[in-house]
Amino acid sequence: MSQPYITLNNITKSFDSVYANKDISIDVCKGEILALLGENGSGKSTLVNMLSGIYKPDSGTITIDGKEMSFSSPADAIKAGIGMVHQHFKLVDVMTASENIVLGHIKHLTTSKKRMAHHVEKLNKKYGLNVEPDKKIYNMSVSEKQAVEIMKVFYRGANVLILDEPTAVLTPQEITALFDILRKMKQQGCTIIIITHKMAEVMEISDRVTVLRKGECIGTVKTSETTPQQLTEMMVGKAVELEIERPKCCDYTSKPLLTVNSITKTNTDGVNVLNNVSFNLYGGEILGVAGIAGSGQKELCEIIAGLVKATTGSITFDGEVITGLSPRAIIKKGISMSFVPEDRLGMGLVSGMSITNNVILKSYNRNPGPFIDSKFAKKLAEQIVNDFNIYTPSVNYTVKKLSGGNIQKVLLGREIWLSPKVLITAYPVRGLDIGASYNIYHLLNEQKKKGVAVLFIGEDLDVLKSISDRLMVIHDGEIVDIVDPDSVTKEDIGLMMVGEHIRKESAQ
Amino acid sequence: MDIIEQIGLFLQSAVQTGTPILFAIVGGILCEKVGHMNLGVEGMMLMGAALGFTVACATGNPLLAMLAAGGAGAAGALIYAFITVTLRGNQVVTGLVLTIFGTGVSGLIGSFVSDKQIPQTVREAFSPMEIPLLSDIPILGDALFSQDIYVWLGLIIAILAYFYLNKTKLGLYVRAIGENPGAADASGINVTMHKYINILIGGFLCGLGGAYLSTAFLTTWQDNVTAGAGWIAVALIIFSTWNPLKAIFAAYLFGMLRGLNYKMQGWEIQIPSQLLTMLPYIATIVVLIFIAMRKKKENQPPKALGESYFREER
Repeated sequence: MSQPYITLNNITKSFDSVYANKDISIDVCKGEILALLGENGSGKSTLVNMLSGIYKPDSGTITIDGKEMSFSSPADAIKAGIGMVHQHFKLVDVMTASENIVLGHIKHLTTSKKRMAHHVEKLNKKYGLNVEPDKKIYNMSVSEKQAVEIMKVFYRGANVLILDEPTAVLTPQEITALFDILRKMKQQGCTIIIITHKMAEVMEISDRVTVLRKGECIGTVKTSETTPQQLTEMMVGKAVELEIERPKCCDYTSKPLLTVNSITKTNTDGVNVLNNVSFNLYGGEILGVAGIAGSGQKELCEIIAGLVKATTGSITFDGEVITGLSPRAIIKKGISMSFVPEDRLGMGLVSGMSITNNVILKSYNRNPGPFIDSKFAKKLAEQIVNDFNIYTPSVNYTVKKLSGGNIQKVLLGREIWLSPKVLITAYPVRGLDIGASYNIYHLLNEQKKKGVAVLFIGEDLDVLKSISDRLMVIHDGEIVDIVDPDSVTKEDIGLMMVGEHIRKESAQ
Repeated sequence: MDIIEQIGLFLQSAVQTGTPILFAIVGGILCEKVGHMNLGVEGMMLMGAALGFTVACATGNPLLAMLAAGGAGAAGALIYAFITVTLRGNQVVTGLVLTIFGTGVSGLIGSFVSDKQIPQTVREAFSPMEIPLLSDIPILGDALFSQDIYVWLGLIIAILAYFYLNKTKLGLYVRAIGENPGAADASGINVTMHKYINILIGGFLCGLGGAYLSTAFLTTWQDNVTAGAGWIAVALIIFSTWNPLKAIFAAYLFGMLRGLNYKMQGWEIQIPSQLLTMLPYIATIVVLIFIAMRKKKENQPPKALGESYFREER
């Protein structure tokens, strides 16, 4: 092996007495792709944030090309040739692509649109990217934004590229395109560090893999000499059962618990985000919902929970029309929603408050009088922390300081504790690691066995296929079909997601 | 007096009334563009007014008076910047405290100079100058070309501020910081430095605006000379949708509404003067409603306005 280009030596970093990184040492060579693998909260992002100058290590050294570095700001890291594409893009929404790309690195006193666009076009050609220089960021899709982020790094002439979960939000085709770009960079001698927890991608793109667990480095292995099973075990610390069970406990001859009857929702731009949506949800079943992001999932959840009013149509719960009721009245009837938005915190939890206050938020009206029963609140919080294995210094810890997976557990834990009759859950495992995800699938199955009707809006088709009793595919606010997940293939679902009625075609 | 001349004089006084507010709006825009809501505008104006007046009386040098006024405003801004940028204190509270503090300081300084008068040299320097030929143009001649140095300075600064924010690389950095300091920081922009610079320049301009009231409008010290102009400026920052060119329009329009107020009282028209005093605020509320309704991204406040930035925040 050649001389390592980047060496991290005994890096330690803690936040509020919780170790995010403990004595981590890794090295990367020129022209190598190193994958950082680990569960949520294992310290991957913290580690690369120190390499890109965002955080300062408490102790340990960073060496690049034989020189010891001490980054006090991202500017220093950029000077050392390190470019980072963050998990949450660092882009200014109201500016154009080219403005974002040249930001911080303009050599002329004034900004000229033409000159900036020229640079972008040149880089487009060189790396096979497709960035429109004058398009505003807020008009862009996720993959377009990512292209802008990558180009930002190129523009600064970086030779080390760090990608923090770059594929989490991309479609399969976009991932392929991204990997092509990465391979091109590798050939040109760039050093690439990629964070991911998708095993298939690790095996496909990386040369070596470093596995982190709870802030510690478990080991580094050559990708060609390892298996997904071995990596998973290193990551979780024990062998993991990668099967989802599906107990049958639904009686479809009984009356449905929730009936959604021709719901149409027109948004402020006059577009129908939901169009004549009707379905039944039975007690003791998980109804999976598949669809491209933004096909009306969010609106559907919000309408059932009473947060948004449907333009036309009605919803019946247990024989009673609930359209028009307040969210509080709907919660009282036993309909619970846990929606995990892309930023995890946008809906459901108050990020600046403690776990205790967040779990009590929905049940405060159960105890009489104006005061909070703090003993009860604390007990409840401790119970949820225990039941769901939430990794936190205490129940009084601020929610936004928890890692993503733990935040989701707080949210889901609170909803399940309310023992709802209908549980609406959207993207409950978004960004979660393998262990935590399976925990949540298990929890949903538990609810189902209790006779709860579960509406599960998901992303991963494999999971949707194996956990759902029935699978509803939506496209552009319309239900394409409701199918038996065992009778269709993943490819069929993919086609339905873009609006093709495969069943009718095969019947003809 | 014929009607043309009347209109000309009316506009002349409207522009003069609007000018101190123009300084304050542009100063406020610079501050808000880096994401800092400064409610201390009124306080910084008063500090500038008091120190400007004192130095003018003591030295008789108009330039020194202006520098002292700006310096006083910038000093107030420095306190604000230290608390909100470095210590990441709450911006609203700090701004309010700055206003209260500035009012007190100006009252204190003012009590020492209450018997002084603005010297002749300063009065002359700040009196309207007629530009030959141009000042003979009907209406515009009076409105724009028979004005004092502050009026022109205000216009020039507003135009420069527009150019700075929208056409230079520093302006691009500043806007990026106000929208998304994390993105700016990750791009290698020195967020803290740019915040300090813009907040201090903003304070300097507010101080100048205050001094215009105390040294060019009046000859003796008057307590609380700004009479709420700083608060109007805070509202007009929104009215002008953070655009210094629109700020010129906003400030002069406000000057006109105020002038109309006096004129109407002169004509003995039966409209309560309080109603007319309300006009600029009503106009601001209407603009706020429009901004909220149109949802045009470019007209929205800087996204990170009011939020402290801490790089290592999780």
